[in-house]
Amino acid sequence: MQTQELREGLLLLEDGSLFRGLCHSPGTAFGEVVFNTSMTGYQEILTDPSYRRQIVVMTQPHIGNYGTGDEMAESGRPWAEGFIARRFTEQASNHGSEVDMPGYLRAHRVPALSAIDTRALVRHLRDQGAMRGVVTDQTSDDDLRRLQEELLQQPTMKGRGLVSEVTRRDEEILEPLADGELGWTPHIGLFDFGAKGSIAEQLRLRGARVTLLPADTSAERCLEADFDGIMLSNGPGDPEPLTDIIETVRQLIASDKPIFGICLGHQLLGLALGGRTYKLKFGHHGGNQPVQDLDTGQVTITSQNHGFAVDESSLPEGVRITHRNLNDQTVEGLAVADRPIFSVQYHPEAAPGPHDSYYLFDRFLSSIPSR
Amino acid sequence: MPKRTDIQSILVFGSGPIVIGQACEFDYSGTQACRVLKREGYRVILVNSNPATIMTDPELADATYVEPLVPEIVERILEKERPDAVLPTVGGQTGINLALALSERGSFEKWGKDGKAIELLGAHIPALKLGESRQEFKDAMEEIGLEVPRSGFARTVEEAREVAAQLGFPVIIRPSFTLGGEGGGVAHNREELDQIAAEALQASPTTEILIEQSVLGWKEYELEVVRDAADNAIIICSVENFDAMGVHTGDSITVAPQQTLSDREFQIMRDEAFAVIRRVGVATGGSNIQFAVDPKTGRRVVIEMNPRVSRSSALASKATGFPIAKVAALLAVGYTLDELPNEITGGKTMAAFEPSIDYTVVKIPRWAFEKFPQSSPKLGTSMKSVGEVMAIGGTFREALMKGLSALELDGSAERRAKRLADPLRLRRRLAEPNWERLFAVLEALRQGWTVEQVHEASHIDPWFLRELSSLIDLEQELKSADLASASPGLLRAVKEAGFSDTLTAGFLGCPMEQLQQRLRELQIRRVYKRVDTCAAEFPAMTPYLYSTYGDEDEADPSDRKKVMILGSGPNRIGQGIEFDYCCVHAAFELKDAGYETIMVNCNPETVSTDYDTSDRLYFEPLTLEHVLSIAELEKPDGIIVQLGGQTPLKLARGLEAAGLKILGTSPDTIDLAEDRERFGALLKEEDVLQPMNGTATSVEEAVEVVRRIGFPVVVRPSYVLGGRAMAVVYDEDTLVRYMEEAADVSAGHPVLIDQFLEDAFEVDLDLLCDGEDAVVCGIMQHIEEAGIHSGDSAAVLPPYRIGPFDLDQMRDIAQRLALRLGVVGLMNVQFAIYEGGIYVIEVNPRASRTVPFIAKAVGVPLVRLASRVMAGEKLKDLGFTEEPRIPGVFVKMSVFPFRRFPGVDPILGPEMKSTGEVMGAGKRFGAAFAKAWLGAGHKLPTTGTAFVSVHDRDKNALIPVARRLAREGFKLVATGGTAQFLADRHIEVERVQKVHEGHPNVVDEMLNQNIDLVINTPLGRESQLDDRYIRQTALKYDIPCITTLSGAMAAVEGIIAWSKEDVHVRSLQEYAEG
Repeated sequence: MQTQELREGLLLLEDGSLFRGLCHSPGTAFGEVVFNTSMTGYQEILTDPSYRRQIVVMTQPHIGNYGTGDEMAESGRPWAEGFIARRFTEQASNHGSEVDMPGYLRAHRVPALSAIDTRALVRHLRDQGAMRGVVTDQTSDDDLRRLQEELLQQPTMKGRGLVSEVTRRDEEILEPLADGELGWTPHIGLFDFGAKGSIAEQLRLRGARVTLLPADTSAERCLEADFDGIMLSNGPGDPEPLTDIIETVRQLIASDKPIFGICLGHQLLGLALGGRTYKLKFGHHGGNQPVQDLDTGQVTITSQNHGFAVDESSLPEGVRITHRNLNDQTVEGLAVADRPIFSVQYHPEAAPGPHDSYYLFDRFLSSIPSR
Repeated sequence: MPKRTDIQSILVFGSGPIVIGQACEFDYSGTQACRVLKREGYRVILVNSNPATIMTDPELADATYVEPLVPEIVERILEKERPDAVLPTVGGQTGINLALALSERGSFEKWGKDGKAIELLGAHIPALKLGESRQEFKDAMEEIGLEVPRSGFARTVEEAREVAAQLGFPVIIRPSFTLGGEGGGVAHNREELDQIAAEALQASPTTEILIEQSVLGWKEYELEVVRDAADNAIIICSVENFDAMGVHTGDSITVAPQQTLSDREFQIMRDEAFAVIRRVGVATGGSNIQFAVDPKTGRRVVIEMNPRVSRSSALASKATGFPIAKVAALLAVGYTLDELPNEITGGKTMAAFEPSIDYTVVKIPRWAFEKFPQSSPKLGTSMKSVGEVMAIGGTFREALMKGLSALELDGSAERRAKRLADPLRLRRRLAEPNWERLFAVLEALRQGWTVEQVHEASHIDPWFLRELSSLIDLEQELKSADLASASPGLLRAVKEAGFSDTLTAGFLGCPMEQLQQRLRELQIRRVYKRVDTCAAEFPAMTPYLYSTYGDEDEADPSDRKKVMILGSGPNRIGQGIEFDYCCVHAAFELKDAGYETIMVNCNPETVSTDYDTSDRLYFEPLTLEHVLSIAELEKPDGIIVQLGGQTPLKLARGLEAAGLKILGTSPDTIDLAEDRERFGALLKEEDVLQPMNGTATSVEEAVEVVRRIGFPVVVRPSYVLGGRAMAVVYDEDTLVRYMEEAADVSAGHPVLIDQFLEDAFEVDLDLLCDGEDAVVCGIMQHIEEAGIHSGDSAAVLPPYRIGPFDLDQMRDIAQRLALRLGVVGLMNVQFAIYEGGIYVIEVNPRASRTVPFIAKAVGVPLVRLASRVMAGEKLKDLGFTEEPRIPGVFVKMSVFPFRRFPGVDPILGPEMKSTGEVMGAGKRFGAAFAKAWLGAGHKLPTTGTAFVSVHDRDKNALIPVARRLAREGFKLVATGGTAQFLADRHIEVERVQKVHEGHPNVVDEMLNQNIDLVINTPLGRESQLDDRYIRQTALKYDIPCITTLSGAMAAVEGIIAWSKEDVHVRSLQEYAEG
């Protein structure tokens, strides 16, 4: 029987809290523990490079129901360090499933725990803030003592630049997937700070050619390649230590290139424009965050995954707040006045989450003068 | 956008009586709508014919019309009130159809002000039509590029055949504009097609049916969408049906959130749902959209949408904590989602978001097939369940197991298993959707079927089946262990999977106390979590709780003075909205009296399970285990069990034994009233008559008892609800047969046998008693003679044919009994007047079904008073010392689900069969009766042809009825005996043949629409078939049919009032003013 075949596993938090459960995929992993309230899309979440060095707790109790498959992957591998749910489905039920969830986690060596009171854990994180933790199948008292020591030596997320751990080494050109409605083929340089596959896909579906760029690509290289527009992708970690990238973005702003930033890309744009970022208590991770477009008053339900945010008061004149989170009023979008430069904190490429913000890709591409 | 100021008054449509497909959920939605609109400062006018609703409480609206929801009457309300706007979308299909009918008549233009028509809020006529007309909907979907099942329309059976020939069998037949799929079905061959198509055409008010390519076996989903005037649209909840396509969603076990779609699949479905609501043009408010998905390919088709708040919205509200109806009402008056606070998070967040839930919700329907034994137990596209339970658990398994506990099913698991032991039967039960299919699935897995085999047979998704299979694994493990050998891991696993203590102890073969002790030692404990709309992302301010197993308890009980109120569980015939009304009133009143109120219930349709009805809500099964757990945590000062019907009463003894205080009448008194011998002795001491009676556990004993009493007798099993399996028996053969079958229902309990007081008048009396004073609240006389269950009989307040002396005698008896029994709270007595004597038929020391009706009629909040009394106050101090004045005549009429059960004889008897009731109010009996009759959904012909055929003993009484009908201009036709009898008395009558006399006969005449009214009292055995055929034809073709002579007399008075236009509308507030 399932429950008794599984070994015990546990999650230990830096404040000493301990959550015992059952281990579906063995191993030990450290990371910042965050929770995600999406009810679907666990594989997209796992494979989103923004989760580098994070352990993800899913609030939806049943994870793995529809299995896993290449179609649902946002990158070539899971990036989350550990995965926690109330119950994992051993055998999937969906025509699109290729590998069952627990097998996928084991194959990719992502330690995973079930049978945890996930709601208690989430409430703890909500009240105390996201914090460092370790998932493990090493559960003896000695193990615990050792792990606790190690845990406290782990770097905190604040101040931790992680883009270099997830970006690519080489440029890669991706051809359009469809003709789109533009009537021409814009060429977009997409900075890969840990980009989700769906960003390039959405651009290509609209008739764009995309070149994926390593994070350390210089502004000169971009200008030399003469991209029609620049996209700054999502990515993990704290944006502030990424000073070289911020400088590159600053140079790009000074050029006349249209720029569109998403998530980390939005934060980097904010920093490059002279603003500051700060760490949120437990971040926004889910598919139900309401964002209001301040121009139209329209509310869209967005997919979000970020632990840092742009500080509104730090932004210079000429930078406009375009979107705001209805829950906590944080900045969700900004734009440079009179320039085709804008960014959003959330994920218009969805995957997982609502498709309501796809229109931003149209807006970006149509802001590019055709040649 | 802020709220609109260009409208001041809004007329809200209710949904009328509880029927299959339209139950308490519209009381919930209407109540929410009225409350918020009133709070926003609008003049709220409400019309609803159902007096047992909270929404018709006079304080919820400025003018409350308990009037029939028919255009002729509602138009008079429009004329009188001249509202600026109408809100039809919270009143179910009834509200929509009423709006469409009024629009057709031009009523909204006619009664508008300053040249402006009355505005429809929520959805406009084109949108309502588009959502409901299958033809237009299909075209619209194709226009926006969405796939719908291939289909064609038909207006005749021939056309239906042509369409079916193109599509290939099986096909699904769906009539337009009907409620809960009534009249539709699945046809597997031509013969079924002809039959179902004919019925469906008959059922559709527009004689339009859709013949649809079958997507049987596909997965079925529903999305609840809310949209505002600024075009913000959100999904409140996704629901996946456990049963594959082919079963009405109201009859399906459903699960929230959806479980087996990937994010990509789900998001595309979400996009399509928005596209649908935008294309249909639902301006503001809630809608639900159904999809079918081919499990093999993921291909998806749109099935239908409801452009209004629905049963699914109620479920979605309760499942997520998002109050859809309240929000929909506010959106209808112009607010946008970003302006409305999410109350659950205390306004920290706004209503513009999509709930995320971190638990699993299962809804299980409850059926009443046992009431309609001649009907097929199969389920299809026409809804048949009468109620439902919802259960919340950490996982699907836990929610499902809690749901099964909450269902309160009669009959033991062993008997069910035995019934399903036969492999052929089991296979059939898996393959054909039917009410016990879930049990068949479990049994098959138990017998070693693989998940694949069960899936093959049932098309239920393997995900659900594997979860069920793991439950069976746990069950087997428990069975092969005992308490000592069961590992802590196993015990934890079974409790987390939702096994009740009773079940677990049963499998382990140990006493329950020992199991509970062991669980405590192992710290396997039930904890309470909050339903918060946001998966704990924000702190929840509302104590809306469910139990699960885990580490942390969020209940956070207070140390206030508190009362726990036990609700009535799933609706069933005999226990419905009336009891929810009572529980809600207790919650309101005790809150006002300074108590913290704690509600426990598991019925998602109800007002009682709204998070703001009581201070704290536990959405939990009403079993002793669950209630005791809550009590242990909350430590209430008292528990109220007398307001929720039999469900909480059954728990009273157990709660008392656990040291909890039952408020009001003691459990011992409740038992005493149920206990034949003790109660008989008490009546004897008080010198009160009761029908001669006895009990029997065998055929021989029964025959012996009847030898003493004499035929006819009323027989019934003890401890049942709503007169279940109750019958009037006139001869020994029938008695023997009954006794042989009774063993099945009664399960070891004796059968009760009473002298049947033939032709007696029956009376319901409700009173309030505080132990010192007993005050009568109201006396209702049944219109039909004895032999018809009090829940089914029409009744009138005040009594219209009983002398003051008899009434006084009844008052005296009731008061004496109440004081003698020590009743504290409500009590109901049923009397019969038989050959000049007053007999007590039964005494129920609790809230009865008639309480809300009387409270509405006399304008006194009886349950509020009862709650105060239970909390220890005295009637004297509450100022309730005299029987209230009755400001008019109030007729109660019941509605029946016969049309849902083809083949059933629509005749009334001692077993209750009605699902709901309406009130008709007037200055005189005739007007009140006419309104009740219309409200119950019948036509009231004022001219035409009346067919009369009555039993010999009714013939004399027929004379005045016939004379008055003739005087009104009716042409009379009758079969042989009756025709001769009337002709002999110089009443003009035409003879028509009986069915067995050949053609043309009375049924031919009915089919040819030559008969407008049928008065047919059962003629006895020899013409039983004739009678049945006549009644079924009347039912099918919607010809008013009256089966008792007293009913006929009343109907004639109604007809006269209606034709003289002596029918006026009057609000409850006006009645109260006198």
